[in-house]
Amino acid sequence: MEKREFRVTAETGIHARPATLLVQAASKFNSEVSLQYQDKSVNLKSIMGVMSLGVGQNASITITTDGDDEADAMKAVAETLKKEGLSD
Amino acid sequence: MRAMLKGIAASDGVACGRVYRFVEPDLSTKRRSITNLDYELNRFHQALEAAVSEVETIKTRATKNLGADSAQVFSAHIEMLQDPEFIGAVETQIKTEHINAEVALASVAKIYESRLQEQTNTYMQERVSDLHDITKRVTAHLLGVRLPDLALLKEPVVVVTHDLIPSDTVSVDSKYILGFVTDLGGRTSHSSILARSLNIPAVVGTQSATADLAEGTTVIVNGTRGSVISEPTKPELALAKQAMRDRTANMQRLATLRHHTTTSRDGVGVLLAANVGTANDIPNVLKNGAEAIGLMRTEFLYMDSEQLPTEDEQFMAYRQVIQALAPRPVVIRTLDIGGDKPLPYLKQKPEANPFLGARAIRQSLAHQNVFRSQLRALLRASAYGNLRIMFPMIATLDELRQAKAIYDDERSRLTTANVPMGKVQVGMMVEVPAAAMLADRFAQEVDFMSIGTNDLIGYTMAADRTNQDVAYLYQPYHPAILRLVDRIVTAGHAAGIPVAMCGEMAGDPIAVPLLLGMGLDEFSMGAGTILKTRQLISQLNAKELQSLVETVLNSASTSQEVVTMVQAAVPDVLNQTD
Repeated sequence: MEKREFRVTAETGIHARPATLLVQAASKFNSEVSLQYQDKSVNLKSIMGVMSLGVGQNASITITTDGDDEADAMKAVAETLKKEGLSD
Repeated sequence: MRAMLKGIAASDGVACGRVYRFVEPDLSTKRRSITNLDYELNRFHQALEAAVSEVETIKTRATKNLGADSAQVFSAHIEMLQDPEFIGAVETQIKTEHINAEVALASVAKIYESRLQEQTNTYMQERVSDLHDITKRVTAHLLGVRLPDLALLKEPVVVVTHDLIPSDTVSVDSKYILGFVTDLGGRTSHSSILARSLNIPAVVGTQSATADLAEGTTVIVNGTRGSVISEPTKPELALAKQAMRDRTANMQRLATLRHHTTTSRDGVGVLLAANVGTANDIPNVLKNGAEAIGLMRTEFLYMDSEQLPTEDEQFMAYRQVIQALAPRPVVIRTLDIGGDKPLPYLKQKPEANPFLGARAIRQSLAHQNVFRSQLRALLRASAYGNLRIMFPMIATLDELRQAKAIYDDERSRLTTANVPMGKVQVGMMVEVPAAAMLADRFAQEVDFMSIGTNDLIGYTMAADRTNQDVAYLYQPYHPAILRLVDRIVTAGHAAGIPVAMCGEMAGDPIAVPLLLGMGLDEFSMGAGTILKTRQLISQLNAKELQSLVETVLNSASTSQEVVTMVQAAVPDVLNQTD
């Protein structure tokens, strides 16, 4: 299992477009991928789960990947976060 | 059953074809107990798959027509339709409660909807409408009814609908639309403007088209006379087909004028320009021989998005149009938005009278960061052609001066940063009666003026053109309007600047002789009207029309009198324009 914390820097938080891309990135892997924000954790392969968290600017989020390709999954999610300007 | 409908003649020409009802079907569902669970789950998955494949088609078409960014929303829809948690929750409901998929779907959608609505983040609240969209689409498949979508058309049809809003038509392929018939709307509503710009015959405001016309019925749409006949007789059909052939031949004749300049019979040259909403309109603009773009609206960039478009996104959109038209001038209007079309991300307050509220330049001056980013994008794009910037809804000189000061400020910053820019003319729309009355003062401080007739008429007559009860007051030929227009043209010329018009009136065959007589320099209209207007102007004598203008301004009291005077002065010419 891999676990990493990110801080959301984008002014708009994780809105529809990056949420879509994050879910697309996570869905490519077999591993379970989850996003934890405050006291809630959702499946990062579920767009509606991600959207229902309402992650805003300066939020601190934790991504967990668990499975045979957990390292690659974490890498892909981290890259998407960076590419979309969501996190450093 | 045979039906004859009367409506408003919104876009000339006759079309004949089968009805495609663009009307929301009945999607109400009933709770049923399920015994065969596998069958129900399978039905649900098939509906999901069908919905995904439909959205894929819509996405492909939207990407082609609007670009990848605008099509992004459909990627989100596809993700939602494949959401494992969402699907899992519906399956669980079906299995544990033994209920049908429609009802299980509705109940799960409701749970997600309330979760989205709980959020303070407006972007996510907005997603509720996406959730509705996909739920509707899946429900339609479960019920075996078709959710109409113009993006899914595969053969030419006559579209029958309640009314069209811009988002219905963004991904339309016009070759599949023979004609439009609507229940609501007038000559200046979105449906009508769209139909005219694409040269598609249209009858609007029939009140009952969606009630009277069944799917697949053959209809004849007469957009010149404003009538619709369903299940026509053989002779009627033959007549309609002849009219369609004549129209095609006439359009081919007009097409020969495409590369001509626009000159009156006595040699007075004017510029015929097109009004556009997005870069997608450009092929149609060029096909119709526009000599310029007299009005590019920029609202689309903002309304079609979930957040403010970035400066770069805007820059690319503007550059595309400016480059495509170069060296011809492109007039781009800064954001004209307000309470009537609120942008969720601008946090506008609801207003009792949005048309008299914080819209257009008022909004821009109040939210300078938005305005400044638009001006920077425009200035950067100016390096690629002939750009003119126009401020909408200017009412006072103070507003104009403020807007110009902000423009100058951004320009000098970019100059300091060595950003390449072209020469840019800065002008204003004259659409507030106060500005029209004071046009001589404004003319001293701008490079050009453009008369926005749709709003000028609305504000002068104090009537909302989209309100059917007062739509009769929308009178472009009203002597009060004509006096204002003449005043603006005279004021511009006295100051040595050109005067344009960028409303529907500029392509109206009754108004054109008067505008030419007044000395209007540039006529900007829906692209579909340009060639007809070029032909009309080539037959008019501008000098002779000056005396017609004088008579009309001095002695006409009503719109009808104006029409009679124009028809008497140029009878032969106007007969040919039908």
